[in-house]
Amino acid sequence: MNPIPPTGMIIPTEPGRHFRAGKFDFWSFFFSGLTGLATLLILAILAVLLGNIIINGWPNLSWHFVSTIPRKDFFDPATTGVLPMIIGTTIRVFVMTIFVLPIGVITAIYLTEYAPTDSMLTRIIRAAVNNLAGVPSIVFGLFGLGFFINFIGRNLDEFLQNPGPVWGQPAVLWASLTLAVMTLPVVIVATEESLKAIPLGLREASLALGATKLETICKVVLPQALPGIMTGGILAVSRAAGEVAPILFTGVAYYMASLPSKLSDQFMDLGYHVFVLSTQSPDIERTRPILYATVLVLLLLTFALNFVAILIRARVRKKLRALG
Amino acid sequence: MGIHRGHRARPLEWIAERGIFLVALSTILMIFLIFVFVGREAMPILFGQENSALIKPVIPPEEMDRLKPEELQAYLGLSDKAFRQMERETLRELMIVKQEAQEEIPEQLRNDPDAHLNTTEWSAMLLPRQWSGYDEPVYIWQPIGSIHKYNIVPLIIGSLKVTLVGLLVAVPLAVGAAIYVSQLARPRVREVVKPVIEMLSGIPSVVIGFFALLVMASVLQSVFGYQTRLNAFVAGIALSFAVIPLVFSIAEDALTSVPRSYTQAALALGASRWQTAWQIVLPTALPGVFAAVVLGFGRAIGETMIVLMVCSASVVSWSIFDSARTITTTIAAEMAEAVAGGHHYRILFMLGAILFAVTFISNLIGDVVIHRLKHRLEGKR
Repeated sequence: MNPIPPTGMIIPTEPGRHFRAGKFDFWSFFFSGLTGLATLLILAILAVLLGNIIINGWPNLSWHFVSTIPRKDFFDPATTGVLPMIIGTTIRVFVMTIFVLPIGVITAIYLTEYAPTDSMLTRIIRAAVNNLAGVPSIVFGLFGLGFFINFIGRNLDEFLQNPGPVWGQPAVLWASLTLAVMTLPVVIVATEESLKAIPLGLREASLALGATKLETICKVVLPQALPGIMTGGILAVSRAAGEVAPILFTGVAYYMASLPSKLSDQFMDLGYHVFVLSTQSPDIERTRPILYATVLVLLLLTFALNFVAILIRARVRKKLRALG
Repeated sequence: MGIHRGHRARPLEWIAERGIFLVALSTILMIFLIFVFVGREAMPILFGQENSALIKPVIPPEEMDRLKPEELQAYLGLSDKAFRQMERETLRELMIVKQEAQEEIPEQLRNDPDAHLNTTEWSAMLLPRQWSGYDEPVYIWQPIGSIHKYNIVPLIIGSLKVTLVGLLVAVPLAVGAAIYVSQLARPRVREVVKPVIEMLSGIPSVVIGFFALLVMASVLQSVFGYQTRLNAFVAGIALSFAVIPLVFSIAEDALTSVPRSYTQAALALGASRWQTAWQIVLPTALPGVFAAVVLGFGRAIGETMIVLMVCSASVVSWSIFDSARTITTTIAAEMAEAVAGGHHYRILFMLGAILFAVTFISNLIGDVVIHRLKHRLEGKR
C-alpha cells in the first residue's frame, strides 16, 4: 500500500487557508494557544538575551576599547581593550577557512555529483558527516591535543630537530585545524544544499555541448553554487568564532604581551576573554561594563555573520522551492 | 543526484575525480582519528596499566642487573625511545632518584592504606570507598593533594542532572513551537518565526553562559528562593537555550515531512487543526521527534562552556568539587593543570572517550531513526 498519491493529484494548498474545521472546539483552541505560547516564550528568551546585551553593552563600546592592547591586568575598565582578542579570533578563523572550505566543498561535490545514491559507502559518509556535527566541542579540544599537538606536532619537532618544542605545544595552527575539523559538516551541508538547487537541465546542456563531467562541475555548477558555498563558509566562520571549548587546550592564551606573528604562536581570543572576564574577575561589579562591551563585540562578530548567512540561505531555499 | 552521462573523463580529469573521492572520505577518516587519538591517550586507564598509587614497591639500584630490560623500562616508566637512548649510568641514577623520592614520603602517609591503592583501577573509579579521615564510604572526585581520588560517579551524576533539567525545559518548548510553526501558524508567521528561532543557535555558548551567570542566576534565585545562587538548575535552564534550536529544527523538519494528504484527509473528515496535528501528524512524525530529543541529549551532555561558567565558576579557582560538576567541565577546568602523560591527564582523556562514545551512539540512533522516517514517508529516494 502506498500512502503517497501520484504527484499530479496533490492540490497545492497553503496550510491553514483552505481547510477549516466545522465547529469551535475548546480543547483545540486551548492546546493551539499552548504551542503558540511555547513559540512566544522562545522568541522572548532570544529578545531578552539580545536586548540585555545590546542595552548594557552599547554605551560601553568605544573606539578606544576595540583598538587598545591591554596591559596584563585587563580587568581595569579605564585602560583595557580587546584589540589582540579581535585579531586572535580573526586569525584563527581565517586559517581555519583556508583548510575547511576546499575539503568541505569537494566532499559536497562528491556527495551530490558523483556518489551513487543507494550505496553503502554514501550512507556511511553521510552518517559520518551527521555524526561529526554532533561530537561535543570539548572532545574536539581533546582530539586537537592528542592528535595535532601530541602526535603531529611532536613528531614534526623531532623531524625538524628543533631544540625545544615549537610545534609540539598549543599554537594558532593547531587551534585552527581543530576548528576546521569541527566546522567541516557545516560547510558540507550548506554546499550540498546549494548544489542540489541547481537545475539538472543546466548540467545536461553543458554535457550535450561536449563538456566532460568535471568541466561541467567547474565551469557551470560551481559558479552557480557560489552563494551557497559562501553561506557555508560564513556559517562555519560564525560558529567557529564563538567556540571556546575546542581551543582551550590547543592554542588560546590567558594573556600575551604581543600579537601572534607566527603560526606556532599562541593567541588571545574574544570568547575565551568573555569567559575569563566573567569568572576570574576580582571585582565583578567593576568589570561588568567591559564584560558587556566584550560580549557585544563577540556577538556583533558572530551574529552579524550568521544573519548574512541566513539571508543568503533563505534566497537559495526560495530558488530551490521555485524549481520544485 | 549526479548525472552519469557525458564524455569520458580525460586522464588528468580521471585523476582529479579519484582525488575528489579520496577527499570525500575525509569525514570518515576524522571520526576514525578522533576515536584513535582520544582513545590512545586513555588506553592505559581503560586497560588498567596505569598505577597511581603513591607508594610503590622499590627496587634497590643494586639489583638493577637482575631485572629484564622490559621490567626495568616499566619500572622507570620510560618510553621505548628514551629507554634505548639512555646509558646504563643514567638508568642507575634514575633508580636512585626514584628510591629517594619514595623515601621522602612522610611516615604518616606511609601507614595510610590509601597510599597503596591504585586509584585509577575501575573499582576505585566506580565504587564508593571509605578514605582515611572519612566516616563512611563516599564517591569522591578530588585530583589534588597527595592521594588523588578519581571516582567518576559524581561527574556522571552531575552531567545527567544538568542534562535532564535542560531537556525537561527544552523539549516541551521546542516541540510545542515545532508543532505550532509547522502545523498551526499561518505561512507568513512561519516564514518569520522559523529563521528567528534558528538564530538562537548562532549565539555562542560563552554568551549564553555569561547571561546565565550575570543575569539569570539572580533572577531565578529571587523567583524560586533557593540557597546557592549557582547550581544545576540555573545551568540546566541556560543549557536549554542551546538545545532548543536543535530540537526545534529537527522536530519541525520531521513534522513538515508528513505528507499533505494525511492532514487534508483529517481536515476533510471534520477534525480541527489541533486534532489533526495531535492525532495524525504527531504520531506519524513521532520517530522524528524522538530523534530530535536523542540528538538534543547528545548536544546537552556535551555542552561545556555554559555549565563551566554557571556551575563551577567558583570551583575553577578554589578547587572545591561539588556534585553539580559535569564530565565536560571537569575536562575543561582540569586539563590545564594535569601533567601531560600523567594519570590525571589520562583519566581526563578517558572521560572524553566516554563522552564521545555516548554522543556517538546517540547521534547514530538519531540519524538512523530520521533516515527510516523519511524513507517511510517519502518512499524510496
